[in-house]
Parts: sequence; structure tokens; C-alpha cells
Amino acid sequence: MEWRDEGALLSVRRHGETSAIIEVFTAGHGRHAGVVRGGTSRRIAPVLQPGTQLALTWRARLDAHIGAFTVEPLRSRAAAVMADRRALAALGAVTALLSFALPEREPHPALYARTVALLDALGTGADWPADYARWELALLEELGFGLDLGRCAATGSTEDLAYVSPRSGAAVSRGGAGEWADRLLPLPPLLLGGPAAPGDVARALTTTGHFLDRWLVPALGERPLPAARGRLVAALAS
Amino acid sequence: MSEATREIEALIELMARLPGLGPRSARRAVLHLVKKRGGLMAPLAEAMARVAATARECATCGNIGTADVCDICRDGRRATGEICVVEDVADLWAMERAGVFRGRYHVLGGTLSALDAVGPEELRIPRLVARVGAEGVHEVILALGATVDGQTTAHYIAEALAPTGVTVTTLAQGVPMGGELDWLDDGTITAALRARKAL
Repeated sequence: MEWRDEGALLSVRRHGETSAIIEVFTAGHGRHAGVVRGGTSRRIAPVLQPGTQLALTWRARLDAHIGAFTVEPLRSRAAAVMADRRALAALGAVTALLSFALPEREPHPALYARTVALLDALGTGADWPADYARWELALLEELGFGLDLGRCAATGSTEDLAYVSPRSGAAVSRGGAGEWADRLLPLPPLLLGGPAAPGDVARALTTTGHFLDRWLVPALGERPLPAARGRLVAALAS
Repeated sequence: MSEATREIEALIELMARLPGLGPRSARRAVLHLVKKRGGLMAPLAEAMARVAATARECATCGNIGTADVCDICRDGRRATGEICVVEDVADLWAMERAGVFRGRYHVLGGTLSALDAVGPEELRIPRLVARVGAEGVHEVILALGATVDGQTTAHYIAEALAPTGVTVTTLAQGVPMGGELDWLDDGTITAALRARKAL
């Protein structure tokens, strides 16, 4: 078995004294693990940092085997964000959430494209926090937990959508919320593709975080969400 | 298999668990030790038994020593007001080998890691914050790895220390001694270029 692809490195774990087991997110093969022989060497270890874009060749005798990667770096992203506490926290959150949530060897090309664009934006100083919130929304949708934000669940209106039902994940308009507004989650315009006002990213992450916790986590066996996401939320709030 | 052979085999099995040794190299090492029983094996066994009985973590900094407080923390000349924060005891030993830092250390015992679910409470960060206040520290040098986990930990510590007002610095990153640009990864070159200085 052999394939070639390109992907973003999600995690590295030491394997024996000289090798490493890496997890990558590729367009064609999804989240995929494999051994990198000599992965702890002085030449390769600096390349194997989460976020790095790699050219990959995977080989195994049988498809069910973990297999071995040969890797070549295409873009290092960690070095560009190391001095920026928020961007570094975002890189950690993206890679940890993907490693936590994605099923193995199942392609998600649309999410892959969004992920690569987000990771590239982190190192450029661009205004990425709103993109990150939208990325979490896309992650939920890709894994089958999409929110229904097209129309108000109470009135059917497509105007003035301002809340999300914490139970159904459906949008609720300001008029439809009525006296229930304080029990609903915020729906800032940025989650509907609009611009981000001050405080909107935090509100958006409250909403996506709720559904990551209530829907995704139980589906994955009750392991808690990676702490890296909490650190990003704290970094963006400070 | 006789009792004596079983004991030697057990020793080989234990030696093979050491880093850098496999079953074959452990067998060679044990054979060498057995041949030099009086001159090497017995003193080695005595030294190992002594260290096994006395080795412990320094209650102040987390270094490994044979007393409750390590030699570095006991040495009054090293109370320079500088604490160098390292991930592991091996990093402390590396700094001591270089012989350029004359302050005290703080060993975290790891870095924040999403993969291994290591959070701040698993590291000695609260103890570090307490030391800064108690020991009159004016500078904390974060000598952590230039990795995503290492730098995430560095930012976390810098934030935890912010209320104390202490100066927090990190090691420079860039071209290693003897390094040639052609062999460097682009991340290192990026870091080196950003940290360039006037000649």
C-alpha cells in the first residue's frame, strides 16, 4: 500500500528511541497516523511541529497497518506564531481539536481547505479570530452536528436572527425569543457570514463551545474537550 | 536453566530497559560487568543502592539530589535574583554544563501538552509564582524548548507571573553554533532573521 498527499501535522509522539508517530490531516485521507523513522533526530525533529505543512508518502504492507511516513516540509507555521500568544494558542486549539474529533482515515476535503486557510492566516497577522469561530462552526457541521441557522425556529423568519436554541441548535430571531432570550445562546452576525463587532468572537465561541461540549464530546466517549481550546478562549478574552 | 543463569538473564532484562540499550547491548554490558566483578560491578551496585536510597527531588526547585534541598538551592552565592525555568532535570544539567548561568533553577517537570493532557496543575507553576515572591527574584528566564508545547508553556508562565511584576525573558532562537544555513529548517531561519542584531 502506498499513497502520496499533502497535509498539516496535528501531533507528534515519541516512538522508541529514534522514531516518532505523527498524526496528519490530509485532504484525501483525512486524519491519518504513521511512523516517521528517525523522527526524533536533530534534522527531522524541528520539522515535526504541529501545524507544519508536509509532503507525505505513506507506505504499509497492509492497509490496516499503521505504516510509515516519509515527510518533507512544505511550510513551517509554528515559527511564525511562536511570539504571538494568541496565534500560538489558536494553532494549538486547531490541531488539538482536529486530533480529538476527526475519525481516522475519513476524508473531509472542505474542512481541510478551511483548516489550511486558517492555519496560514495565523502567521500573517491577519484578523483571524472571527475565522477561527467560523471554523469551529464548520467543524461541528462536518462531523454531523451542524447548527440550523437559516431561519427562526419559532417564527420561520430569516430576519434579525440573534439567538441559538441550546437544545436544538436552531436559530431564533429577536422577536421570536421574547422572554426566553436570556436562556438562549448568542448568535453574533459573524456566525452568519457577517462582520465581527467587538465581543462577537467571544460570544460566538460561547455558542460553538456549548455544542462542542453538549453534542460532540458525548459522541466521542466523554473525553473532555482539549484544554488547548480553553486556553485559546482565555487568551482571546484577555 | 540454572538458578545462576536465571539471575544473569534477569539482570540482562533489566539492563535492556535502559535508554540506549537493547537486548544485545545489555547482554554485552552485563558480560563486561561480570568479568569485572570486583573492580566495576560491585562498586557500581553499591553506588546504585546508595543513590536509590537517597535520591529525591529538591523541595524548592525540583532538581534531583540526595538531600531535601539540592546543592544549587543551598548555595548562597547563587541567590542572584535570577531563576532559570527548564522543562526537565536533563535541561538543568545541560545549562550547568555550559557553566554560564550562576543563578538558581526551577524544573517544571514537563510542558503543557494537549496530546498528553498535561495542564498547569501537573506542572510546578504555582510553586514558581510563590518562589518569585519569596526569594526576591527580579528576572525569570524561560529556557523552554522552541516547540509549540514549549512556547505555549512559556506564554502561560509569563501570564501567570505578570501580577508579580518580575521581568520575564526567554532564550534567543536561531542559528546553532556550527550550523550552516543550507541545513536549517525554514522555521529556524525565520526565527533567526527576526532576532537579528547589529554588528
